[in-house]
Amino acid sequence: MSSLDTIPVATEVATGNVEPLLHEIRHALKRLASGGEGTTIDLTRLPLAPSEEERIEETLGTGEVRAQVDALGPTLIQETSYPGVWLITHKNVDDVVVARFIEVTRIPELLRSQQADIDAGIDRLEDELRN
Amino acid sequence: MPKDQNLGEYLRLQGVSRRGFLKFCSATASLMALPPSAVAQVAEALATARRPSVIWLSFQECTGCTESLTRSHAPTVESLIFDAISLDYHHTLQAAAGHGAEAAREAAQEENKGEYILVVDGSIPVGNPAYSTIAGISNLDMLKNAAQDCFAIVAVGTCAAFGGLPNANPNPTGAVSVSEIIKDKPIINVSGCPPIPAVITGVLAHFLTFGSIPELDSLGRPAAFFGQNIHDRCYRRPFYERGQFAATFDDEGARKGWCLYKLGCKGPTTYNACATVKWNQGTGFPIQAGHGCIGCSEPNFWDKGGFYSPISAGMWGTREQLLGAAAVGAALGVGSAIAARRRQKKAQETVL
Repeated sequence: MSSLDTIPVATEVATGNVEPLLHEIRHALKRLASGGEGTTIDLTRLPLAPSEEERIEETLGTGEVRAQVDALGPTLIQETSYPGVWLITHKNVDDVVVARFIEVTRIPELLRSQQADIDAGIDRLEDELRN
Repeated sequence: MPKDQNLGEYLRLQGVSRRGFLKFCSATASLMALPPSAVAQVAEALATARRPSVIWLSFQECTGCTESLTRSHAPTVESLIFDAISLDYHHTLQAAAGHGAEAAREAAQEENKGEYILVVDGSIPVGNPAYSTIAGISNLDMLKNAAQDCFAIVAVGTCAAFGGLPNANPNPTGAVSVSEIIKDKPIINVSGCPPIPAVITGVLAHFLTFGSIPELDSLGRPAAFFGQNIHDRCYRRPFYERGQFAATFDDEGARKGWCLYKLGCKGPTTYNACATVKWNQGTGFPIQAGHGCIGCSEPNFWDKGGFYSPISAGMWGTREQLLGAAAVGAALGVGSAIAARRRQKKAQETVL
C-alpha cells in the first residue's frame, strides 16, 4: 500500500490572505521604525490554507537571531530576514504548537529577563551564598 | 491549588517562571480569541484570579464532550486552567462513586453558594424522567437543584445547548435543552458535537480571567468563537466564489480541493470556530479532510435533511417543491441543487 503523500490530492489553495498579511507587517514595521510602536499578529486565528503558513514563512525568511525559551515547553523565537519582524512559536511540553505569533518589535518581551524572575534569582543566590 | 491561593502565587510555587506565565497568558488570550494586545490585561487578571468551583453534570450524552476536552491538543494550557479551577463534581472523571459522590456535589454547592459554575453536557428527558437518572435522582431534579445556587451555567455540547441527538425526531425521551428548563440564570451555550476543546476551555478561562459572562450571540453562544460562520473563514471559500465545486468525493474537483457546497457542506449556515481553531492538534477540520461540515453546532442539525444534500435542497424540503421552484426559474442555486442531489445519491452509494 502506498503512503498517504503519494495520493494525488492538491492542497495548493489560496485564501488571498497572505498578501494582505504581508502588507500589515510592512505597515507595522514602518510604525516601529518611526515611533517605536510594536505590533503582534496572532497567526492561529487567521483562516489560512494548509500551504499558506509555509508561504508566509518562506517570504519572511530567517534572519540573524534564533532563540529558544524553555518555559512550559519550548518557545522558538526567530527573527526573520526583515529585522524587527519575529516569528514566535509556542509549544507545549509534548512539542505541540499551542500558539503562533508574528511580533513586530525591537526585541520580543519573552526574551527579556523578567523582574519577578530577577527578584527570585536574587533570593536564590543569597540562599546559596549563605549555605 | 488551594482555594485561598491566587493563580499567580500557585504558578510561582509550581516553579513556573514569569516568562512561563507570560507564555501561558499569550496562549490563553489566543484561546479566548482576544487580540494579542490584551495579553497584559489577561496576565494582570489571571495573576490575582481565585479558584472558582465547577460542578459538571452529565445527562443524556455520549461522553464525547468530555472526551473532546480531556484529549484536547493543548495540554499545558488546558491542564493549567484545570488546575486553576476546582472541579468538585464530574461523575465520569471523579474517583468517588454512589452516595459519596453525591454528598461531594451537595457540599460543593453549599460551600460555594451563588459562586459556582455549573457545566452541563447532555440533554434532559422530560417526557419520562426515568430514562436518565443518577443515584436515583432524575436529570430534571438534579439540574433544578444544582442550578438554583449557581453563578452561571455552561451548556457544553449541542445536546445540552439545543437538545441535540436525543431531541431528534421522534425524540422518544422528550429530551430538551438546559435553557428550556432553567430561565433565571445566565446560560452560555458551547454547542458542537462535540464542541472544540479550546472553546470549552476558552469559556472557562474567560470566567477565570474576568469573572464574568462572555459576549453571546443570539443563540447564547460565545460570540468570540461563534460570531462567524465556517464558510466565511474557510480556506476553500475562493473556490466557491469562482464557482468551482466538487461534485463527487472522487472527482477532479475533490482532488483539487474545490468547494464542498454541492456535496452538502453546511459551512454557510454553521457558526463555529473549526476553520481557524481546528482539531486534532491543530491539524485540520472536516472540510480540510475532504468532507463537508455537517452543521453540528446548530440547533436541530440532525433533522435538517441529509448531510449530503446541498443547503438549498434542504431548505426547500421535498423533491416536489424543488422541482416546482426550478420550473418557475426561481434561482440558479436551486437548479444546481437538483443536479447536485443526483450526484449526492451517486456519492452516497460510492461511500456506502
